[in-house]
Order: sequence, then structure tokens, then C-alpha cells
Amino acid sequence: MKTVDAALAKSFGLNAEEYAKVLQIIGRVPSFTELGIFSVMWSEHCSYKSSRVWLKELPTKAPWVIHGPGENAGVIDIGEGLAAIFKMESHNHPSFIEPYQGAATGVGGILRDVFTMGARPIANLNALRFGDPSLPVTKRVVDGVVRGIGGYGNCVGVPTVGGEVNFHPAYNGNPLVNAMTVGIARTDKIFLSAAAGIGNPVVYVGSKTGRDGIHGATMASTEFDANSAEKRPTVQVGDPFTEKLLIEACLELMQTDAIVAIQDMGAAGLTSSSVEMAGKGGVGIELIMENVPQRETGMSAYEMMLSESQERMLLVIKPERSEIARAIIEKWDLDYAIIGHITDTGRIVIKHHGVVEADIPLAPLSDAAPLYRRPFNEPVKPAPLGPVPSPVGLDEALLKLIASPDLCSRRWIFDQYDSTVGGQTVKRPAQADAAIVRLEGTKRALAITTDCTPRYCYADPEMGGAQAVAEAWRNITATGALPLAVTDNMNFGNPEKPEIMGQFAAAIRGMAAACTALDFPVVSGNVSLYNETEGTGILPTPAIGAVGVIEDAGQAVGLAIAPGQALVLIGQTKGELGRSLWLREILGQEAGAPPEMNLAAERRNGDFVRAQILGGQVAACHDLSDGGLLIALAEMALAGDTGITLASQDSVHESSHGFWFGEDQARYVLAVQNPAALLAAAQAAGIPAQHIGTATVEKSLTLSDSVAISLVQLRDAHERFFPAWFA
Amino acid sequence: MKAGILLFPGINRERDMAIAIRQSFGAEPRLIWHKETDLSGLDLVIIPGGFSFGDYLRCGAMAAQSPVMRAVRDHAARGGYVLGVCNGFQILTEAGLLPGALLRNAGLRFLSMDTLLKVERNDTVFTSKYKTGEIFRAPMAHGDGNYTADPATLDRLEGDGLVAFRYADKNRNGSARDIAGIYSPNFRILGLMPHPEDLVDPLMGGTDGKPLFDSLAAA
Repeated sequence: MKTVDAALAKSFGLNAEEYAKVLQIIGRVPSFTELGIFSVMWSEHCSYKSSRVWLKELPTKAPWVIHGPGENAGVIDIGEGLAAIFKMESHNHPSFIEPYQGAATGVGGILRDVFTMGARPIANLNALRFGDPSLPVTKRVVDGVVRGIGGYGNCVGVPTVGGEVNFHPAYNGNPLVNAMTVGIARTDKIFLSAAAGIGNPVVYVGSKTGRDGIHGATMASTEFDANSAEKRPTVQVGDPFTEKLLIEACLELMQTDAIVAIQDMGAAGLTSSSVEMAGKGGVGIELIMENVPQRETGMSAYEMMLSESQERMLLVIKPERSEIARAIIEKWDLDYAIIGHITDTGRIVIKHHGVVEADIPLAPLSDAAPLYRRPFNEPVKPAPLGPVPSPVGLDEALLKLIASPDLCSRRWIFDQYDSTVGGQTVKRPAQADAAIVRLEGTKRALAITTDCTPRYCYADPEMGGAQAVAEAWRNITATGALPLAVTDNMNFGNPEKPEIMGQFAAAIRGMAAACTALDFPVVSGNVSLYNETEGTGILPTPAIGAVGVIEDAGQAVGLAIAPGQALVLIGQTKGELGRSLWLREILGQEAGAPPEMNLAAERRNGDFVRAQILGGQVAACHDLSDGGLLIALAEMALAGDTGITLASQDSVHESSHGFWFGEDQARYVLAVQNPAALLAAAQAAGIPAQHIGTATVEKSLTLSDSVAISLVQLRDAHERFFPAWFA
Repeated sequence: MKAGILLFPGINRERDMAIAIRQSFGAEPRLIWHKETDLSGLDLVIIPGGFSFGDYLRCGAMAAQSPVMRAVRDHAARGGYVLGVCNGFQILTEAGLLPGALLRNAGLRFLSMDTLLKVERNDTVFTSKYKTGEIFRAPMAHGDGNYTADPATLDRLEGDGLVAFRYADKNRNGSARDIAGIYSPNFRILGLMPHPEDLVDPLMGGTDGKPLFDSLAAA
């Protein structure tokens, strides 16, 4: 075994200052195992040492928030005695090295964060960012990630109901895989992780421990270089069948009163779960390593403590209930092993065959963890985009945009995900702006979405942070549901660079402003830094996952229009083309300032739209985002297999590409039978509204007297990209 | 008709099936753990979809060896009704209660979308509420739905009228002769890949699958 010194600490990811702190806490040279424990607990991934000072600025409270950040997942009250428990988490680094297993275990990990709190998972979503589609590596990563998400999610029987996909060369070496799970529990049956009860047994449940994933958390806390493929052994291997057993076994066990505390073994495995459980409970913990179920022979205490083998849980059990608990776990053919007990020492003690391999005071391990307010440069706001003439007509621009990788149909992807298992999926992928999943046995449903527009975040991180939150709020609103809370997945580059830290701080500022203005608190989240390869960082990507509730699932609306309906645009349109997809796809430019955020208008317009939907006046609704108005109309036409004739140019008062493809915020298109009533209601409420078209029996998008695109042609363009890429 | 739903480790569509049964039968189905062997009192045994035993080895192969499957064979021999959907269909073929096998989908990808099914005959307990030749919609969600059998078996299935449903829009998984579901020779066992149980509520997009359960309820 190697000598423990500053050089070894450095190879474990601890800098000189951090290692000095370790020496001070332990009062001697740490053992190899102790150094391993410190290095993972103080890794960026586990300690949030660069981000914590900024995350504190996010609003986290509301009357409906039951548990905010700090637990395994956020918990909100959704009525009828039920709670929604949800979180989004990244598995970026493993998904580049080994796309299938990286993505699969990302899904597995986020599922465990949710069911460990007592919730049955009812929906999965995933926010994905990939590199340039013309590169072979991108194709390989997309294929592996999609197969991995499907392979895991389909098998565990949780419907994958939504998500998002973007492409940009900035993700060439660092794709992002952000997985979100939403679960449901009774508000009076929520399980927490704080250990209690001196002498209570510490129980290990689930798969056996192997050597996979050792130091995964440390890997996720460094940049990639040309040799990153050599890190493949640090990627874990998932077994969704065992996860399914674990879900059912834990939920069955939770029907008893046997559990004192429970926590999944995620990043840094047994180390972080035992340290966090004992730390939160203010107690000590002693673990006997030879009792840990092992898949391989000859494993050291160090390897067992740092393994990231999947599908494992750590529980503190009431001693008198241990045999009942064992019977339930073993019924599901899972290992149940008492591997230690809770102590009053305030220390974590690791013994292996009678030898003390680690003995660390818990309080300083967390309290003295490094916390950095790293230097940051305030991002410079970009200058607005000047006038840009259009080289092509509306029809040509529409066909090109709707076929582009960022706007084309995602059907090829979601057709590989089971979206109906559970029998509660009211709106499947692409049917509405947010997925709608009913709560079994009630009329109530959740509306769930993930959103972020990284090209805005890169140009103006503050605006981009606010926009990501606002778009999630808008997508939930567009179904008729009331947006309730947010989980954030902050994906950024190397925080040791002041410009990256500046992006992070500004994005948080924008998010906080939007969350406050929209009554949309952050209840859980995850930070993924060091998304860089050979010095090149990703676009800043603060992905937002969000949940809303609608009391009667039957009132939720989707995108599909039907002949005879009138289409009304809600919200103000100035025609903002800065950082738009039109600008990028038609002129090949990524320039200018992104569209202006007006959070008061966002709130006002959204509350108006939701009231109209719940009033039963709206047949279909779509928010306007990437690609602007004409893209939204085309998507509604395709969803309903129904044509649209745009209102005469005279009544529209605007015919430029800015009007049709601008990405002005806080806008929606509503399909209604009675446009006069809607326009009158909007006028009374001071909301900009205009009648922009009519849904027709004739299956074409009629732009003017002389220009029409058949739905067949439009659909062919929209559906072409992915099947052709993977043909 | 009294229905029971078998639970193997890894099965995941038992809740969907229970909803469909509850709605059409007006009664709770009995849930039966795979280590149980007593199916007495049941008229209909349902094997739902999922990934029994992780689909490791071969889809349905390990479940076919579970203790409860001996009881299912006895139940079938007594003339009891059996419905196997998706993984349930795979288990029935692995158990030898239906002929043929389900291979990996032709395109080697998991397929999750609505498909159209044609009802080949409506004089069975499973299809009396459909019309012969009727086309209905059902979600499918499988990686291994490519039905195959030797030509003699396929000819016999067709000759004896044992094909229950065929894919009517597109044969996406490569199944021989577009077969989506088949009967046993006494028409008391039905196996099919798509999920009629996931389309029994207008809120979830339609009720195309409900007649199958109404047919059984009326038997």
C-alpha cells in the first residue's frame, strides 16, 4: 500500500491546504482509508465547495414546501394528503466515458434519491445536451445514452414521460445527462436520513459491493483530458432488475414501522451515506467491513468504502423489528446485512477483521469541509443585435428550422422509452408542453417539465438563468397546471476559472429573481462542475426540472388543434432575433443579446392563460420558445394533423421574420372556439392578444394567398433528422 | 369471472392490469406471488408485462420455471382461462403453453408507441365485444416482440384460426406474418405483445383496449 502523504492526497484530488486541514482534524497522518474518505467527502461533487456560497441565494421556501434542499430530494405538498418528491441529477462525466452505463446508472441513482424518502416513482424525465451531430462520437454518445436511459427506465417500470435535447459543439467532449425522477408519497409517510438511537443496527440492503466506481465522485470533480477513456473502470454498471426489487422491497418495508432512517448509497457509496446519516443525526457510527456483502474476493476496507456499486441502500433499523425487516428484504431476494451500529461517539469508525481502518470525528469532516468563494468575473452583457435582413422567405426558413437538430421531432428518442407503464400518463411526450401524469386513485395530476436554453445562458448567464426558470413555469402553465417548485441541475465548466464562476453566480442571480417573481421555489438540486475537456468548457447549462399540479387531469390541454378553432397569440411580440435559432440556422450566427426577460409580464400572461384553460375556454395551448411563433404554430398543426391559415397580413400588422421567428418571452398560442371572448378577456386584463390564424380542414399551413406548405411536407421535414441519422 | 394477476420479480405492469380488471369486472383481482401454488377459485390467470427476473438469460425463461407456473399448467389443463401480455406472452411461450418464441425486435431497439391491431375473430371469450376484422389501437412497449415459429407451426396457427391479432398499420418488430397475438387450440389461452390494459380510460388517450376486458367479464 502506498505511503500516505501530500503527494498521494494530491492524486486523490485534495490540494495542499486541504490535506493540511485533514492532518489537523485527525491529529496524525491519516490511514489510506481515511484519506480516501476525506477525498471523496471533500470532492466538489459531494461537498459543493465552490457552489455552496452561491446556492444559498436561491429562494427555497413556500407554504407548500415540506422539505427543501438538504434532503435526498425536495418534497412539496400537492393536496389530498399527498406529496411530490423530486430531484434532477447529472451523470455527465460517466456518460461520456461509457454512454450506456453512464446514462443508465444516472437514472438508477436519481430513482433511489426519490424512493429512499418513501415515494413510489411515477415519472422519469431527462435533459440531454450533445455535441455537433456531424461528429461520429456524438452519434455514438446519443445512441448509448438513449439506450441506457431506456434500458434502465423501461425495466424498472417507471414511465419516461419527457425531457429535452439540444446539440452544440460546446458539448463535443462533455455531453450532459441530467435525469429527473418524480415520486409520490403520503405527506405523513416521508422517510429521512438522520440516524438516531444509540446501539441501533445499521443495515445494508441491495446488491453486493464490488470494485466498480471507486473514486467516481473524484472523477466527476476534474476536467477531462485525452486519456479520460482510461477512466472507464470508475464508471459503475447498473442492474435495473435489482433496482426494481429494491424499490418494491423498500416500499414494502416502509409500510412497517421498522425504519429509523434510510439513505441510498450514491456518489461515494458507503462513505457518504454513513457519514451523512450519522452526521445529520448528530451521532456516531461503527461499521464492520467483513459484514458488507461482497461480490469480489479480497476487497479492502478502502475499496468497500469508496465503491460506487449500484442498487444499494443503508438503513438504521429498530432492533426489535430487524427480523421483520429481514423477511421483507429477503422475500425480494436481496441481501440484508447488519454491518454496524449507531454509537454516541460522534465518530465514524471502520473496522475490518478487528483492525481499525478509519476513525474520524464526523463534525469536522462536514463542518470543516472546504468552502470556496472563488474569484469570479462578472459576465459582460452582449450588445443587442442590429437589424438583420432575411435572405429567405418564411416558408423556406420554416422548413429549414423545423428540420434542424434542435427543433426536429424527438420521436426517435421517446419511441424507445416506455411512457405508458403505470397506466396514468395523460399527456405523453410531445403531446403537451409538460408531461401530465395522473395520481392513481385521484382526479389530480402532476405536470412535469425540464428546461434550459444554454445559448442564452452563454450570451447572458443572468438572463439565461431567469429564462430557464420562466420557461419551465410557462410549460407547466400551458397545460393548465399550477407550477409549484423547481429542482435545478447546474452544469458548468471549471469553477477555478473566474469567467466560469462568474457565469455560475450570474445564472443563480437570474434564477433567484425568476423563482421569486413566479413563486417557484427551488427544493432540490445538483451541481456538476469541471465539464471541460482540454480546457474547453460547455455552455453554461442550469437545467431546470419543475413540477406543477392540476386538480382535474381532464382539464389539462395539449398541443393538438382541430379544424374551426381560432389561434390567438398572447403576449407582446417585438421580434427579438438575438441568439435565436433563426439567426443560427438561417444566417449561421450566434450573436446579439438574448430576448428580454420581463418577469412581471411573464407572471401576468401566464396567470391569465392558466385561468382561461381552467375556465374551459381553451382547446389547445403551446408556449413560444425556440424558433418562435411560426414554429409553435407548425407544431400545433402537426400535433392535431390539422391545417392553419394565418390571418391576413393586414390584421397581423407585421410580416417580418422577426415577428414569426423572434423568441420574445412570456408568450403563448391558444386555440379557442370563441376568439372574440378571449380577446375581450385579454383586453380587460391588460394582456396583449391578437388573432393570428384559423385551424382548417385543409391539411396545409397557409402563410399567405400564394404560399402554403402541406402538412405532409412539414411532417417529413420535422421527422427526418433522427431516423436518417441512425438509418 | 374471478381473475388473478401473477407477480414475478421484475413484473411492472401489474397495476395497469389491475386497473383494467377492476373497471371491467367490478371486482379486485387477486395478486399472486410467484412462489404461491394455489390458484383455486380463479377463472382467469393473468401474466402481466414487465421484465421478470430482469429478462436475463431469455425473456420469460426464468419465470417459466417458477413454482406458480406448475399451477398455471394445471389451471390450463382444467380448461381455465389464461391471458399473457408482453412479458406474460413471452413467459407463456417459454412455458410451452403457447407455441413459438419472441425474438429481439427486428430493428434491435425498444419500441414504445401505439400500434393498430386487427381482430382476427370475435367468437372467443377474449374478443366477443370486438367485431371480426375490427381494427383497434393499443400501446406497445417491448424490446423482444418479434414473434417467430417454424413454417409448419405458423401454417397450423393460421389454418386452425389461432391467430388472435395482427399488426394492422406497420409490423415494426418483424413478427412472422404480422402476428401480434395467438390462442391455444382450445381458445382459452391468449398471449399478445401490445398492452390493451393501457388504453381503457379516455383520459389516457382512449378506450380501445377496454372491449377485451369487457369480453372476459361477460364470459
